Amino acid sequence: MEVTSIQDGIIIDHVPAGTALKVLQYLKIDPAKTRLALIMNTTSRRHGSKDIIKIEDVEDIDLDVLGLVAREATVDIVRGGAIVDKVQPHLPEHVVNVITCANPRCVTTTERGIDQMFHLAHSGRQEYRCDYCDEEAKL
Amino acid sequence: MVGRSVITLDDLSIPQITDLIRKATYIDSHRKDVAHTCDGRVLATLFYEPSTRTRLSFETAMLRLGGKVIGFAGAQLASVTKGESIADTLKTVSNYVDVVAIRHPKEGAALVASRAASVPVVNAGDGGHMHPTQTLADLATLQSRFGRVTDLTIGLCGDLTFGRTVHSLIETLCRFGNVRFVLISPDELRTPQYVLDRIDATPSCSYVEVRDLVSVIGDLDALYMTRVQKERFFNEDDYLRLRDTYILDESKLALARPEMAVLHPLPRVNEIAVEVDDDPRAAYFEQVKNGMLMRMALMSSVIGDDLPGYVPLEPKEVQA
Repeated sequence: MEVTSIQDGIIIDHVPAGTALKVLQYLKIDPAKTRLALIMNTTSRRHGSKDIIKIEDVEDIDLDVLGLVAREATVDIVRGGAIVDKVQPHLPEHVVNVITCANPRCVTTTERGIDQMFHLAHSGRQEYRCDYCDEEAKL
Repeated sequence: MVGRSVITLDDLSIPQITDLIRKATYIDSHRKDVAHTCDGRVLATLFYEPSTRTRLSFETAMLRLGGKVIGFAGAQLASVTKGESIADTLKTVSNYVDVVAIRHPKEGAALVASRAASVPVVNAGDGGHMHPTQTLADLATLQSRFGRVTDLTIGLCGDLTFGRTVHSLIETLCRFGNVRFVLISPDELRTPQYVLDRIDATPSCSYVEVRDLVSVIGDLDALYMTRVQKERFFNEDDYLRLRDTYILDESKLALARPEMAVLHPLPRVNEIAVEVDDDPRAAYFEQVKNGMLMRMALMSSVIGDDLPGYVPLEPKEVQA
């Protein structure tokens, strides 16, 4: 598949197939207001299929959040039409105000003004649990 | 431990828990000596849902240490009805008291309370989540019956899916190590995988899962009973079929070892026949006493009031 290159920005590659829009949502990037290209369900040698997100004029994204929703993703930094750096997100130990606890019995559903906080409970299973009620996060 | 909140037992190291158990034993045999340990101190019991047993235990514990108690029971009496947050209530109450015991129907409420408070907060139960002082009572009862909490075969019987006391006890015993668990439940109420994973991750601990209490009761050092609740079943036939299987009576107890201890977090409904109460193996009312003693040990420790005459085993270790 042919895709137009970007001049300055980032390419998020190896995004799990079909999840590009969700990744943008978590990264708080509004597709309606950002110059970007989405390639969804394209062929991947590593995973069979994948999504790719190319974003013009954006270089600063939250790698912790990306690690949370697309652990296998890679980020290419593009300047002047060339890839100048490549970074890999890691699984964050803590995430604050990114995920919302789905447990209706959790104190976060009633207490005003507290942060939604999750911690990495099992890195192998990529399992995050609520700091307050220990409910597993649903991404 | 001075100044520390206890929201889960993970907040305490094994040497600290061991020291608390020793303190509870000391308190029991030196009640008059410790009666003024917390003179001038005040405990707040903030009970957003009713729990006579736990509240009375905390309050008696503080009174027996010479302190005083304020608080409320039932959220309808509290400013929560006016919309006050837990954090604001704790910031206010911290100005009045030296230690807080909180029970709240929401899971994680005690953590919110401890982060807002400037005095130690003890979790007296946050919904179906944690109830650390119940586990301390369980451990103290094993210690008083066997002189140890390790090298034991412990049966846990009944509702092993939803029973928070069971999960907390298993996880804490795994931290001590050397325990064989016999998990006795209907298929509908088996132990959650994350708890089994915890046992698997402890090389010195092991478990078997069985459905029948009678076939294993003779192997057990201790039997921890829980209630099989009707509302946990999808249909009433299953409930009626299984209910009696998990009721402990004298005929089942006749198959158990003479020194086996029967524990139960209480309140009991019908899972232990009343006739068992007179059997010397029944330890569940002793558990209630141990709960109060452990709360005395815990509150005096987090406030920082030394028990007169008590000598810690390994003072350096306990500071972990």
